[in-house]
Amino acid sequence: MEAKPVHFARLQQEESAGYDRSTIDYIHTAAQRGLYEIRGLGAKRKVPHFDDLLFLGASLSRYPLEGYREKCATRTVLGTRFAKKPIVLDIPITIAGMSFGALSANVKEALGQAATAMGTSTTTGDGGMTQEERRSSKTLVYQCLPSRYGWNPDDVRRADAIEIVIGQGAKPGGGGMLLGQKVNPRVAAMRTLPAGIDQRSASRHPDWTGPDDLLIKIQELREITDWEKPIYVKVGATRTFNDVKLAVHAGADVVVIDGMQGGTAATQTCFIENVGIPTLAAVRQAVDALEDLNMKGQVQLIVSGGIRTGADIAKALAMGADAVAIGQGMLMALGCNSDTYFQNGGLHSAAVDYAALGTSAGFCHHCHTGKCPVGVTTQDTLLEQRVQPEEGSRRVRNYLKTLNMELTTIARACGKQNVHHLEPEDLVALTVEAAAMARVPLAGTSWIPGLT
Amino acid sequence: MESVIFDLEKATVREVNQFLHGAPETLEGRQVTVVSPNGAHNLAVGVDAPVQVLIDGHAGYYAGGMNKHATIIVEGSAGTGVAENMMSGKVHVKGFASNGAGASAHGGLLVIDGDAGLRCGISLKGGDIVVGGSVGSFSAFMAQAGRMVICGDAGDALGDSLYEAVLYVRGSVKSLGADARYEEMTDADVSTVRDLLKAAGLNHDPMSFRRIASARTLYHWNADANQEY
Repeated sequence: MEAKPVHFARLQQEESAGYDRSTIDYIHTAAQRGLYEIRGLGAKRKVPHFDDLLFLGASLSRYPLEGYREKCATRTVLGTRFAKKPIVLDIPITIAGMSFGALSANVKEALGQAATAMGTSTTTGDGGMTQEERRSSKTLVYQCLPSRYGWNPDDVRRADAIEIVIGQGAKPGGGGMLLGQKVNPRVAAMRTLPAGIDQRSASRHPDWTGPDDLLIKIQELREITDWEKPIYVKVGATRTFNDVKLAVHAGADVVVIDGMQGGTAATQTCFIENVGIPTLAAVRQAVDALEDLNMKGQVQLIVSGGIRTGADIAKALAMGADAVAIGQGMLMALGCNSDTYFQNGGLHSAAVDYAALGTSAGFCHHCHTGKCPVGVTTQDTLLEQRVQPEEGSRRVRNYLKTLNMELTTIARACGKQNVHHLEPEDLVALTVEAAAMARVPLAGTSWIPGLT
Repeated sequence: MESVIFDLEKATVREVNQFLHGAPETLEGRQVTVVSPNGAHNLAVGVDAPVQVLIDGHAGYYAGGMNKHATIIVEGSAGTGVAENMMSGKVHVKGFASNGAGASAHGGLLVIDGDAGLRCGISLKGGDIVVGGSVGSFSAFMAQAGRMVICGDAGDALGDSLYEAVLYVRGSVKSLGADARYEEMTDADVSTVRDLLKAAGLNHDPMSFRRIASARTLYHWNADANQEY
């Protein structure tokens, strides 16, 4: 008698962990097109994050501040090491560098207005400084990037601080892209490129290589600005301990560390998901480097990459950051991945436009296409009208306000009159991985992996 | 012409630059001489006035960096990034120039009488560069706009990933970079080379130069350009 194969009903539908539907889809697409995927936003994979930390609020052994009434200072000063005119902010929450080109001029203006209203700074991006953002931003940080698109001495003089970008958390070691559909005539002119081409950004600066050169480059910028403006150095998080030490040796006033959850306008997916280390791991290393050099407090640390909530900010500050920078969160405040957009006094569904991109609200990462359904990451003349500076600014302002309220609420609960007094001792970890990375004890224990 | 002299045996680079950042109307037409520069970095950077600066010796990194309007002469050789991101004016190096000469220059004219090192004219954005001698490898890498005249030879990968900048070479080229190609010299090209040589004070036959420009095959990202990006 012939033996028949046995099939187990449930196992017929069991998905492989190694070759799940996403992986199979990736292989099928690669086989068909011979081209890797490019997309926007940041890493989607789950990595140890600030979610894996908890605060030890005050109780008998610590005395809390009254949650709503008592003073809790948020003033933040950046660039105290060499600059004659350090940056003084009302809150330790800044807006990260994002380019005009990736974002519309309306969005840049909205970010500038909101930052100004909340007493914080915003930052230019690859592609230069627009009049809109300079006009609307009281405090504007001007990025000096490898591409040097739109980089010019007049804007150096107009800026309040300079940020030399070595790398970005989404793609440390790699340059970005701006696909042709977003390179409209204005963007092209600012970047000195033909309109409509797929623009590739360089991964290395054109006029210096290595930390010894960077030292001289920083001195050049100080000379050009008559030693007035703080010089930030931004690095994508990889060998963070060494990178921060080298940046400090090179003369940075402020070091910006961007973890792997940081966003991008357009980068290879393989890069976004596989290069760099989580923000949580990078903060610890950066603070270690500053302490190792006895420069904590002299060189300020800004942390970015996947910071979303006031709790995230409080945790970053407790670990030793002086401030945070937020990019993707700001875009979401403006409507990124929302079901609707606001135009002509009312809300409109963006579902059809998401569907045209093969996605829907909550999953979209199509910044690279320039067809942003809610008008945030676009240069399209119709789509960009979906974010108006006034309404956009209102939303970003509210988001910043909420973040700051959450931050101070947590700080008060930990008994701090100043958010900068939050400290590692206020934290415990939920997972062994987070405990090891953040170097705080696993909750309910005194165990710090690798240390105790 | 009223002349001001800074002796770097006594004065500092800071004092030189501070003076050169004075009001343009007070600097216009003045001659500033820097003696004993001894390879100091960041000399005459961020100048924004039609002033004449003479660096009487060797300059370090970034001499004339981000220059606007000024005419800056380096009597000796210049270090890395001479005239980087120049917007207008002129920088003239009488000796040799190190790496990244004229990097990302948006305008103005950079003249190097001797040789230039690696990556001369990298990321060029509209400036003109004339090199009396030879240039090192990866020169004009990702150069976007502007013109380079190379009277001597060029190293490896000249014009790699070139955009709209145009290169003219008189000597041999060890290799062209991705997407760079030789093109016919037109009458306009000959005229361009003649004018640039004249502006640089060099005497060569413009007809002896070859034109190199972008084949524009990398302007759109696609699978056919495997490993070229």
